[in-house]
Amino acid sequence: MKVRDLVELAGRNLRESALRNALTTLGIGVGVASLVAMLALGAGLQAMATRRLEKSGLFDTVIVSSRRSERGPGRSETDENSASSPLLDEKARLAIERIPGVTEAAPEVDFGTEVRFDGKPYPSAVAGLPMSSRDREAFEGMQGAFFSSGSAQEAILRQEFAEDLLGLKHRPAESSKSTGEATAAVRPLIGKNLTLRYAERVSGAQGAEPATDAGAFSVVPRTATLRIVGIIDESPEGMRGPSGASVFIPLTFAESLHVLLPSDLREGETTLATPAYRTVSVRVKNPANTQAVEDAVKKMGFNAFSALDAAHSLQRFFAVLNLFLGIFGSLALAVASLGIVNTLVMAILERRREIGILKALGATDADVKKLFFAEAGAMGVLGGVLGVAMGWALGRAINGGTNVYLHTQNLPSESIWLVPWWLVAGAIGFAVVVSMVSGLYPAARAAKLDPVKALRYE
Amino acid sequence: MADSPSNRGIIRTVDVCRHYQMGDSVIRAVDGISFEIGPGEFVALLGSSGSGKSSLLNLIAGLDRPTSGEVLVNGSKLAEMTGEELAHFRRYSIGIVFQAFNLIPTMTVMENVELPLRLAGTGRESRGAVVRKALDQVGLSRRLDHRPGELSGGEQQRVALARALVNSPQILLADEPTGNLDSRTGLEIMELIHDCNQRLGMTVLLVTHERALAGRYAARALFLSDGKLAPEDGDPATPAPPESPAGGAL
Repeated sequence: MKVRDLVELAGRNLRESALRNALTTLGIGVGVASLVAMLALGAGLQAMATRRLEKSGLFDTVIVSSRRSERGPGRSETDENSASSPLLDEKARLAIERIPGVTEAAPEVDFGTEVRFDGKPYPSAVAGLPMSSRDREAFEGMQGAFFSSGSAQEAILRQEFAEDLLGLKHRPAESSKSTGEATAAVRPLIGKNLTLRYAERVSGAQGAEPATDAGAFSVVPRTATLRIVGIIDESPEGMRGPSGASVFIPLTFAESLHVLLPSDLREGETTLATPAYRTVSVRVKNPANTQAVEDAVKKMGFNAFSALDAAHSLQRFFAVLNLFLGIFGSLALAVASLGIVNTLVMAILERRREIGILKALGATDADVKKLFFAEAGAMGVLGGVLGVAMGWALGRAINGGTNVYLHTQNLPSESIWLVPWWLVAGAIGFAVVVSMVSGLYPAARAAKLDPVKALRYE
Repeated sequence: MADSPSNRGIIRTVDVCRHYQMGDSVIRAVDGISFEIGPGEFVALLGSSGSGKSSLLNLIAGLDRPTSGEVLVNGSKLAEMTGEELAHFRRYSIGIVFQAFNLIPTMTVMENVELPLRLAGTGRESRGAVVRKALDQVGLSRRLDHRPGELSGGEQQRVALARALVNSPQILLADEPTGNLDSRTGLEIMELIHDCNQRLGMTVLLVTHERALAGRYAARALFLSDGKLAPEDGDPATPAPPESPAGGAL
């Protein structure tokens, strides 16, 4: 029998007992929906965690530092290993940026200084931020805007520092009400100016011969006026330095200030022409390449560090979570498969005579078996499609409900539900396989029917 | 496995038996029957209820396998065929008409007659014409979309006959085809079966308990009693043996 005829006959048989077959198909649909719901939740949570971690800069960042700057107990400044290590300067930064898979290698520029606002001095830590930081989690839902350009004389403040500038008391606890009030209270700062006072390193020491002492420089006090463009609630720095800065300025602008850094005071480490960086933050295109980039940087003679191991642990955690969610989701499908067996066994009893007629007319055992398989498979396909649709709708509803709750807590919207294409195809495929396995016994039983006995059946 | 059919009958049984175990006792439904039917013959298998007629027909149709002995059709031993080969044999070599019509009630007339063509894998484009021709032969070409429940008994049997003819088999096996019909409708069906034998040259084996019917249409009769063949087989018009319960009717 041709496949098309087989499908037609199976479809006709399913239509003949429409209610019973529809209920069985609905049972499969509910089973698939529960499977899709569980796995979509797992996939959604994993995607959310990955997204958050990627935005935090933990897993796509490699922190590079020079071995020369390693100082500590048991390590002498004349350590041969440290001394032969290359300088982490602009040339090295460019070389790191050329490593395949690297999108950016940004130097860390941060310094402690005094900021004046409304005539009052505020000691604070200032850090330069590359423009690529714009997509970091910390800038989601920020007040105001990100820097207009890398060289703009603009500043973004931490919430606590902004509150200090306005003389507000810090929030005692993380209650949503106080968060909302405090956020609104600092908004007037946006658009106002503050003054940055810093020490600039200028080429050539007063009275010294530049030709004989290329590394000599003098320190000149400077001020710069910065316009406050944004206020953020959490640190955008990810794995970058331990500065805990409260004022952020564009990195290119920060570099152009030539602020005197602690490393400048170390003899022989740097010159004005080739300033050395304490650390360089390397962003990797794909977190999967982090290890390769880290290894490449180490080969160049620098120290490198990433949180890759933590990422592997996270992947293992989600693999186990998805497995358990899948098992729980499959339970309903397993129950539904018993419904298929029941429906098809009932169909054999009802259609016993029909099977006898088919055999008398020349149907082989395989034809009868295939017919029952096709019916089971058709219920599986329909149930699978129905289940995916139900699971998707359920996910949308739960996502909506979750976001309403998050909104009441003044938190940004999240998608904790994800139905990827592999889940759609996999769920339908799994439903068909389960249905056909359920159809194995009824199909074999139908195929084995003795045609003489079947034709006598009333 | 195949004897030459040229000098043999198209249907031949050699000491064929079909015994059933029922608890401690053995039911000998068919008990050592040997006969031969030539190509194009119209043979009646006569006997009372329970004489083993239908059991013998099932063996010849390849629906059942003998306990011992041989059934040969066109020289091929059915007992040696695989299930697949037997299905192929039923599909192409024989057509069967049952007393109970055995139409599928959820299918239309068209779909019922089309069923053997579907099983044979005949292309959909040629099936329509073949089905219409078969229904034309039995005078039912206007009832294509009706379901069996909407037809009279005679019409249902015509559909069953059209279904038996649709794959152009050499042999037509009819198991009490008039048993569920009134006498006038029964004669109409018998005329159609006779026409298949006369016009199309089909070999017909008619199982019936009605001697008059056998005498009117069959060229030869085989008398069956308690699973055995009575020795007086021959012209269905001759009187039945006195010990045969079927004999009195003729």
